[in-house]
Amino acid sequence: MVAKCGDFKRSYFEDEAIFETHFVRACVVGWIIVLFIFPFFADSYLLDVANQIGVAIIGAIGLNILTGFTGQISIGHAAFLAIGAYTSAILTSKVELSFWISLPLAGFITALIGMIFGVPSLRLKGLYLAMATFAAHFITEFTINHWESLTNGTAGILVPPPAIGTFQFDTDRRMYFIIFITVILLTFFARNLFRTKVGRAFIAIRDRDISAAVMGVNLFKYKLLAFAISSFYAGIAGALLAHHRKIITPENFPIWEAIRYLAMIIIGGLGSILGSIYGAIFMILLDEVLRNITTTLSGIFPYMVGLLASLREGVFGITIILFLIFEPDGLAARWYTIRNYWKLWPFSY
Amino acid sequence: MEFFLQLVVNGIVVGSIYALVALGFVLIYKASGILNLAQGEFLMVGAYIFFAIVDQFHVPLLPAFFLTLLFSFILGLLIERWILRPLIGEPIISVIMVTLGLASVLRALVQAFYGTDTRPFPEFFSQKPINLLGIPVATSYIGSFICVSLLVVLFSIFFKYTNTGIAMRATASDQQATMSMGISIKRIFAISWSIAAVVSAIGGILLGNIRGGIDGSLVFLGLKVIPVVILGGLDSILGAILGGLLIGVFENLAGGYLDPFFGGGVKEVAPFVMLVLILMIKPYGLFGTEEIERV
Repeated sequence: MVAKCGDFKRSYFEDEAIFETHFVRACVVGWIIVLFIFPFFADSYLLDVANQIGVAIIGAIGLNILTGFTGQISIGHAAFLAIGAYTSAILTSKVELSFWISLPLAGFITALIGMIFGVPSLRLKGLYLAMATFAAHFITEFTINHWESLTNGTAGILVPPPAIGTFQFDTDRRMYFIIFITVILLTFFARNLFRTKVGRAFIAIRDRDISAAVMGVNLFKYKLLAFAISSFYAGIAGALLAHHRKIITPENFPIWEAIRYLAMIIIGGLGSILGSIYGAIFMILLDEVLRNITTTLSGIFPYMVGLLASLREGVFGITIILFLIFEPDGLAARWYTIRNYWKLWPFSY
Repeated sequence: MEFFLQLVVNGIVVGSIYALVALGFVLIYKASGILNLAQGEFLMVGAYIFFAIVDQFHVPLLPAFFLTLLFSFILGLLIERWILRPLIGEPIISVIMVTLGLASVLRALVQAFYGTDTRPFPEFFSQKPINLLGIPVATSYIGSFICVSLLVVLFSIFFKYTNTGIAMRATASDQQATMSMGISIKRIFAISWSIAAVVSAIGGILLGNIRGGIDGSLVFLGLKVIPVVILGGLDSILGAILGGLLIGVFENLAGGYLDPFFGGGVKEVAPFVMLVLILMIKPYGLFGTEEIERV
């Protein structure tokens, strides 16, 4: 943490403060107020994008806890989202539970399944673990597609909107509030997690797991815990996505989605909560902008439809490659660099 | 019994192509420790280049084949130079992601030029079945199998006797020692990427011929190669070949016998179930070198 000249930390308590200065605290409060006023002025399209961003932020923070902070590479995040989405969808549509019970249940059930996927992590590292999660994705996809009595197979499930009494959260604007309150709660939880013993254990495991074990970190326990927390986030994100989309099919969660989440945390910054947020916003906006460009251009040049259809995927790939080569620490690091430059400008030193 | 043999034969043929693609995979991993998740895309690009040269420029088959190989070779060199080299020394996740990004770009390029429709592939081994020990087997299957076997023999000779081959093996076993012997590691990395692109292109061409048409689904073969290399051991060429055949046969048997119970699709998921089992029981595969970690 870089601080300005003369801003000395006099105790561990100050060093660990969530907000470095009062100004930062004011900014965060300001943003939260802006985000709560936003839906009253935004149209349905903007709200839809905002909701997607909200879901992506939760998912990205979850993946960052596992991959960025604990160092366990997972290419199976889309599967966890799918499990959360299906759990909540099945509980609300078939068991007819209330959304307010099914949402946390989706999180906990996904966490449980995430722990099962996490068991190989004690034995496998790096590439091998990535491959195991990769396989887990395909196995989950197959199960969802073929367990038709539970998941309706490829037909998908219609998801009822959340409700309090007779008030239904059936529009994008109403869902927005649920999603954003969840985002704020989970972001603060994650931010706080890394001020505790558990979070420090995660970081120790990432940096060198053998050394962590020597220092008394129970590897098995903490790796499983990382998988559980990460999957919990993914489960919540998936459940919110299901209720936002109102219908879910297995096609909502391809391997491509897992790769997109990895791209988010890499573009945003590995091992940074702020980075997950930047990455999620960047990816979703990039996708929306590209989609709008392709739709407009295909209207003007109908003979180029084939070319334009591939634009999205191509730009996605190029963005990842360029970021990894030129900005490997992600947007969060870039943000700190810019901020610190201006903080002392024009008298650095 | 005939059903069983049919499945095994199909499995061996498809498995031999897996083996070929896995060979490229293992080469890159051995030389540079990079897991190339764009291997399936290399295969697809190779098949499409061959298709373009034959179908649009009307080049006869054999020169077209060599042109494709040349093109793949250059593609491999460029990718290594521009995309992978800047990432030497970066964490594993960056390298995995960059190959995934590369995969996206290659897929998008192919889609931009050829769309998503299936294109008829030029036929060089006919699909007519001939009788082999009482089982009808398509000529294209036998042709492919012979091609792959020949290539594997060629590569074994290449690694055993040529200077470049020996340098590549040296790099795999100890990069520092290799450098101190005056061998350019960068050159070895570049060559291993080119060879991987070339063998994948050959795999793509053979597979295109077997299927009779090519489309975007060719990339899924690249995913199937992952169970193959994990079974064989990530850094073993013999393992890649054996793993390819085993996974080919296994997925065909699983598909043939279990599909009626699950309503299809078992063939696609069986290799991944196998992958998880292998990782649980013997993470370094049949012939892989066990990594020993010291603090």
